[in-house]
Amino acid sequence: MAERESLLPTRPSVQRLGRDRLLSPVKDFRIDALGAGAGPGGVRALAAALGLAMPSSIFSDVPQAQPVVVFKLTADFREDPDPRKVNLGVGAYRTDEGQPWVLPVVRKVELQLAKNDSLNHEYLPILGLPEFRTNASHIALGEDSPAIKEKRMGSVQALGGTGALRIGAEFLRRWYNGTNNASTPVYVSAPTWENHNGVFGAAGFVDIRTYRYWDAAKRGLDLKGLLQDMENAPEFSIFVLHACAHNPTGTDPTPEQWEKIVSVMKRRFLFPFFDSAYQGFSSGDLDKDAWAVRYFVNEGFELFCAQSFSKNFGLYNERVGNLIVVGKDADNVVRVLSQMEKIVRVLWSNPPAQGARIVATTLSNPELFTEWKENVKTMADRILLMRTELRSRLEALGTPGTWNHITEQIGMFSFTGLTTKQVEYLVNEKHIYLLPSGRINMCGLTTKNLDYVATSIHEAVTKVQ
Amino acid sequence: MPTLSVFLDVPLAPKTTSKLLDDFQQDEDPNKVYLGYGVCMTGEKIPWLSPVVTRTLRRLIHDPSFSYTYLPEHGLEAFIRVATELLVGRHSPAIAENRIGGVHTIGGNGAILLGAKFLKDWHRGPRVVYMQQTQREQYGPIFQELGFSLREYTFWDTFRLVSDTGKLFDVVEHAPDRSILVLYNSGSFILPRKRWFKLSKLLKKKQIFLFCDIPDQGLVSGDPDMDNKILRYLVAQGFEFFCSQSLSNSFGLHDERVGNLVVVTVSNKSLLCIRSQLDIYARYMWGSPPALGSRVITTILSNPALRMEWKKSLRSMVENIMLTREKMKEKLRLLCTPGSWEHLTGQDGMYSFLGITVEQVDYLVTKKHIYIPMNGLINFTCINYQNIDYITQSINEAILTIGPGPQPKDPPKTEVMADDPESKNLGHMTSESKSLGLKAPGLSAYLHNKK
Repeated sequence: MAERESLLPTRPSVQRLGRDRLLSPVKDFRIDALGAGAGPGGVRALAAALGLAMPSSIFSDVPQAQPVVVFKLTADFREDPDPRKVNLGVGAYRTDEGQPWVLPVVRKVELQLAKNDSLNHEYLPILGLPEFRTNASHIALGEDSPAIKEKRMGSVQALGGTGALRIGAEFLRRWYNGTNNASTPVYVSAPTWENHNGVFGAAGFVDIRTYRYWDAAKRGLDLKGLLQDMENAPEFSIFVLHACAHNPTGTDPTPEQWEKIVSVMKRRFLFPFFDSAYQGFSSGDLDKDAWAVRYFVNEGFELFCAQSFSKNFGLYNERVGNLIVVGKDADNVVRVLSQMEKIVRVLWSNPPAQGARIVATTLSNPELFTEWKENVKTMADRILLMRTELRSRLEALGTPGTWNHITEQIGMFSFTGLTTKQVEYLVNEKHIYLLPSGRINMCGLTTKNLDYVATSIHEAVTKVQ
Repeated sequence: MPTLSVFLDVPLAPKTTSKLLDDFQQDEDPNKVYLGYGVCMTGEKIPWLSPVVTRTLRRLIHDPSFSYTYLPEHGLEAFIRVATELLVGRHSPAIAENRIGGVHTIGGNGAILLGAKFLKDWHRGPRVVYMQQTQREQYGPIFQELGFSLREYTFWDTFRLVSDTGKLFDVVEHAPDRSILVLYNSGSFILPRKRWFKLSKLLKKKQIFLFCDIPDQGLVSGDPDMDNKILRYLVAQGFEFFCSQSLSNSFGLHDERVGNLVVVTVSNKSLLCIRSQLDIYARYMWGSPPALGSRVITTILSNPALRMEWKKSLRSMVENIMLTREKMKEKLRLLCTPGSWEHLTGQDGMYSFLGITVEQVDYLVTKKHIYIPMNGLINFTCINYQNIDYITQSINEAILTIGPGPQPKDPPKTEVMADDPESKNLGHMTSESKSLGLKAPGLSAYLHNKK
């Protein structure tokens, strides 16, 4: 006992307010005395003194993961000294000057928030900022949604669209189609945003499949394949659907095609999980872009919808997302949200506030709301313009093939239909950077580089098969 | 289309918010006090915010270089650098040798989550995690979710009413080889040098993996550079370890969720490998971290004038806590409250064990509207000049009504002997209170007195 007692240096309380106490709380502890803090040799010297060989890492079998293709592309672009270089691989909006755009309305709200001295910086609730959750959900579902009227929807603030998908995936793995059933098939479109595979996989799902979506020959939607895959999917499978502006193909089903999809999904008991990352961004109209989600709700589906405000608010950096839950009745939604609260506790405990405050302030104030819609339209219009310009240039050049898909596709991305070899040619010979899949970001085009890009594509298509 | 909800079988999860806080909010008594907040409070009952944060926020808004594009998956490089330097010191050998790095996370919680996931996938060991009782509620579910089994330990000596870092020896001795040891708030660790030496040898021998958790650097001593010297020691000793760093409390900027998972390893090569794997977890968890909070903190830490100002605000905060402890002890003495209250000033940081029995806690909650968590751990920043008299008088009353509280004394030797070392349990220190399912300090002593 005497020994244990001696572990504790006597700490007279009178000293506790004294300056010396404040300055040296750890008196018994001198690194330099051990000769270890004296620079790079220290550790080895100490290890030798202790009779230990320099150990290898206990994690020596951990391999270095490959960086994501997009990042490598961006890095290559940055290092390219050629003045003609064009980056069509970025995942964000760019102005006609090739710069990121800070929405004027976001700027305005930010200044307001910075001036607000009464802002409390305590943790947000686990499920997020209530005003944000309500307003964001209303944008997607529409004010007169039956789900809202019947109080059978709820939502969780998340870290961007990825975070929203993750909460939903974690919940479905735990509580959907049995308990902890990781083998429920999850269907993602072929092709899709790579995070869809990654997020569901990371949440534990083991059976991730693809459904046919893009018809490369037609350069459009493969409706027949899609419907067939839905017919053949096991009942209660989860289907990840893009609410609008399909990433990466830019090709959405028409309302008539959605009707067919709905009838199969109903009959086959398939669960729709929408990813809505581009609302307002594709057509310039919020309601039009939310049509598919609202149609499913009206048809009586229970569904999840992962919303991201990165693109339509230009707030990529503050990670604003929302996961909407629509259920059969209020009771179901309450229970689902109670479980999601537990999931959030483990994931990030509670979400960051700034982005949610900006979005909530904008959406709840009619004037700011109108201004935001105008800002969104500005972005959408620029993209539409670039689509028309590129198509007309390619057609004027007489580039082999059809190019109507460029204007038929919507949203930020377009699947050009260029082959991998043609893409390689563009990257290596023309300093035009795009993903091997042939996906281009329309925002990478500007009035200044349109001609160069169009003639380069023409060259690639005519020279490389 | 099923007519029944697909969510029909989803059970209602118990509320995650504490019942104590709910009760407090519904209480209409004008004297009500809540002593369980998880953040620093100021006298005006609002969360503390370093004044320099407000000014920096306002300054940053006019920064034309602010980019709104995504941060990389691992976050803001500049932030990771300054935060890591803050943790281990600018001249740390690990920085010189390029074998320390970080991943910018969503608060300390996110850092623990990423680290735990990595350990699950890559750490070969018995999947046993030791953590302090007080951490269990917050971080326990993360490790449990990933399939680790939890074992609790505590530094709080229920007999002597002191926090005893020496208990770490018992924990490490009883732990299976290659277990994971979560060290919470190591800022207040005090051990003689020889003991440190012995401890680190023991840790290495048993290949215990350390996961430090630093939630409030600077709030222990008032000087962020003085807290956490143990980390510098571990680095110097060549340990490989993780450290979750949360900067929410130290800056008062809780709602921006700024955290950092620091990885210390043996070489730059293994650092790059580990970080590349952590990046993948982050990519599918939240994409990339939010920017604002980390920008504010990076700005403050990299600007000498702002940094000075921040340290000053932190120091006055801590002096305030120390003063509160001192005052409380003095007031209890003047009231002639039975028992010794040395332990009020003998503990460090924001939180302290009050050292009263569960019955007394219960009396304070139900009769006096003073809301104290059952484990008796209170947040001293919730005590201010307006409520201190009421609190001390109520504690006095509780003790006079219920009977004397526990007195500092030696633990009964027989019980120590009775512990079975083969059980590989938490060590004898916690076993009694644990078996009763109660964590209140002083409980065992109280029961012992009754005997």
